[in-house]
Amino acid sequence: MSSTTASAALPAGPKATGPGKSEKPLSPLRAKRRRQFAQWGFIAPAVIFMALFFGYPLVRNIAMSFQDYSPSTFFTGEAPFNGLDNWRNVFGDGLFGKALWQTILFTVGSLVGQFCIGLALAVFFSRRFPLNGILRSLILLPWLVPMVVSGIVWRRIFDQDTGVLNSFLGTLGLGGDTPWLTSTSMALISVILVNIWIGIPFNMVILYGGLQEVPKELHEAAALDGASAWRTFRSVTLPVLKPVITVVLVLGFMSTVKILDLVLALTDGGPADSTQTLGTLTYQNSFVQMDFGAGAVVGNVLILISAVFAVFYLRANRNEGK
Amino acid sequence: MGAFPWARPPSHRKGTTVTEPSPDGRVRRRSRRTRRIVVPLTVVSAIVAGTVLSGCGQQRDPDVYTVMNSSTDESYHRWDGDTLKRCSKELGVTIEQQSVPASQLMTKALRMASSKSLPDVLQLDASEMPTFAEAGGLIPLKDLGLTTTDIPEGIVDFGSYGGKYYGAARTVNTLALFYNEDILDEAGLKVPTTWDEMRETAAELTQGKRYGLALSAGGAEDGVFQFTPFMWSNGGDETKLDSPEVAGALDYWKALLKDGSLSKSTVNWTQADVNDQFMAGNAAMMINGPWQVETLNAKKGLNWGIAQIPVPEAGDDSVGPLGGGVLTVPNTGDTEREKTAAKIIGCMAGEQEQITYALNSWMVPANTKAAAVWRTKAPELAALAGQVSTARSRTAQVGAQWSSVSLALQSAFQSALTGESSEAALKRAQQRVTSGN
Repeated sequence: MSSTTASAALPAGPKATGPGKSEKPLSPLRAKRRRQFAQWGFIAPAVIFMALFFGYPLVRNIAMSFQDYSPSTFFTGEAPFNGLDNWRNVFGDGLFGKALWQTILFTVGSLVGQFCIGLALAVFFSRRFPLNGILRSLILLPWLVPMVVSGIVWRRIFDQDTGVLNSFLGTLGLGGDTPWLTSTSMALISVILVNIWIGIPFNMVILYGGLQEVPKELHEAAALDGASAWRTFRSVTLPVLKPVITVVLVLGFMSTVKILDLVLALTDGGPADSTQTLGTLTYQNSFVQMDFGAGAVVGNVLILISAVFAVFYLRANRNEGK
Repeated sequence: MGAFPWARPPSHRKGTTVTEPSPDGRVRRRSRRTRRIVVPLTVVSAIVAGTVLSGCGQQRDPDVYTVMNSSTDESYHRWDGDTLKRCSKELGVTIEQQSVPASQLMTKALRMASSKSLPDVLQLDASEMPTFAEAGGLIPLKDLGLTTTDIPEGIVDFGSYGGKYYGAARTVNTLALFYNEDILDEAGLKVPTTWDEMRETAAELTQGKRYGLALSAGGAEDGVFQFTPFMWSNGGDETKLDSPEVAGALDYWKALLKDGSLSKSTVNWTQADVNDQFMAGNAAMMINGPWQVETLNAKKGLNWGIAQIPVPEAGDDSVGPLGGGVLTVPNTGDTEREKTAAKIIGCMAGEQEQITYALNSWMVPANTKAAAVWRTKAPELAALAGQVSTARSRTAQVGAQWSSVSLALQSAFQSALTGESSEAALKRAQQRVTSGN
């Protein structure tokens, strides 16, 4: 605010005009306007970007879920509003409930698995031992492989007859005839296992970073107080790690709940829809059936779920600041 | 002001080099500095917004005609490129080829429709054509002067929707029974021609890690494509999925699986996986299409033969599905260009071009005369030609509704193969189609 007062206090008139300068001094009002213009100039790119690439698609998607949006819309530009028809159709289809339930199982299962194994590995690697660095970088590998590639490779590994996994289990005498991707009861579990495998590096890296931040003195103090390793972990490490854990879980949630590519590559949603998630359902509605209205409905449900968790995340962060 | 910490005057900033000049000098300097930043920023925003918005309105080049297809494989792209080069010469126009992955072709074309930048010729998969035609996106080819002389009725239907001929096929493909000659010879077995024979043969050939038969029952169009010859040869129909004929076909699949002649992984296999299993010697016979021939021939020491898909009872017709792309003229509103586009199609689907393309891609020419010539040049594929003559289009009966039927059907046969009864699974599928979800 100081500059506003400074410019307001400016003496008007020729006094301000320096030698050889033709510029007139600014009236207080103009100076203020110009400054406001400058301010908006700085946020304009961000605002335009957000509006174009987030706002517009979001609003369009919400509108689309109330429209009869079919292939002919692309020619005529006409998409008549049909009220809640799309919503009724989607919710009335048994597949939606099934996909929602499977999305929940998939998300919770993946998050729990990824997080627990990631945390265990992070704790393990925060000790010093030979080859620590090399092993740690090797564990990062799943992260570097594109999702679709992982999907295709795992589909081969899981093959009931010719897959590596079953023949390995067979040699160990553990059956070796598990229908990983071909039974309606196993397929979802297998997809979750692959997603856990993919998610471990991310969890491990972030949590490992968080562990480095835990002050050594706290551990020393705990040791002096005679705390056991588990007690130290629970009462010292975990509380310090809490903000990092929130970040890992929320980001993990966001990327897990909308899963599509992995499922398509592994099972195509099958067998018998046993691995359909909301993500694959959106894809199927929009791009296989070309019913873009129905696709938009499922997409909106996904956005809504993510938005709820985004709010949790923001609240958690706000409390952190206090 | 508080919301814009970066707008604080420089003197408030730590480590700033600006000393405290006279008040007016500071103001002016600051305003000049901000202008130096603000103006470019605004310009950049404007340019970004401008480019994004103007990206939609592409103009057609008056001298260049475009053909959009899904020939993203190197060999197919080259064959099509050569065809277009010859047609350019013949018609005296410049033709450009655009290839988009098959799975994205439809959505890309729809986006192009809304931005009025459709290509002049669009090659669509025959199962997708009705959706595009129903939306009013295609011009009937007869209106543009193309005839259907010498094209068998089944293939005219294949390119038609609502009684109008929209898509000219150059070649068509279908499914057939591929068998490993060595394995059959060794077992002293003949190539099966009926369901019972196939069931017995497959059971006898199933040994150790080898299955008697491989087919795709995956949860996508691949699986549905493979189910149709069983459904149709048994008298079943896509308009009534819960009929006893369709259930009979599905029960036959279930029986093969129960015998152990099919791998349990069948429900997770695509047609490419089936081919891999056959080539690796894990399957003695397979249901597959001629597009695998190039790969099969590349493997030395693999002696394979091809036959019509066995039928329920001796004497029945073996009805397979017609597959392949059709060339269409999208509705661009420019009649002159559309006429030239039809001429390009006429050239691409001409007799000679059909034979060339068929011999390259191992498919069957759509035109009767071309097919006759082709038969003398590729006698080993004669079984395919026979299969094509009775083959059916998937969309002739249900049109644009095919995708719903297909989704319901794949869910049904996967349920049945993983335990449910065929009747119950198919009944639910028919309900799904009828309720229009």
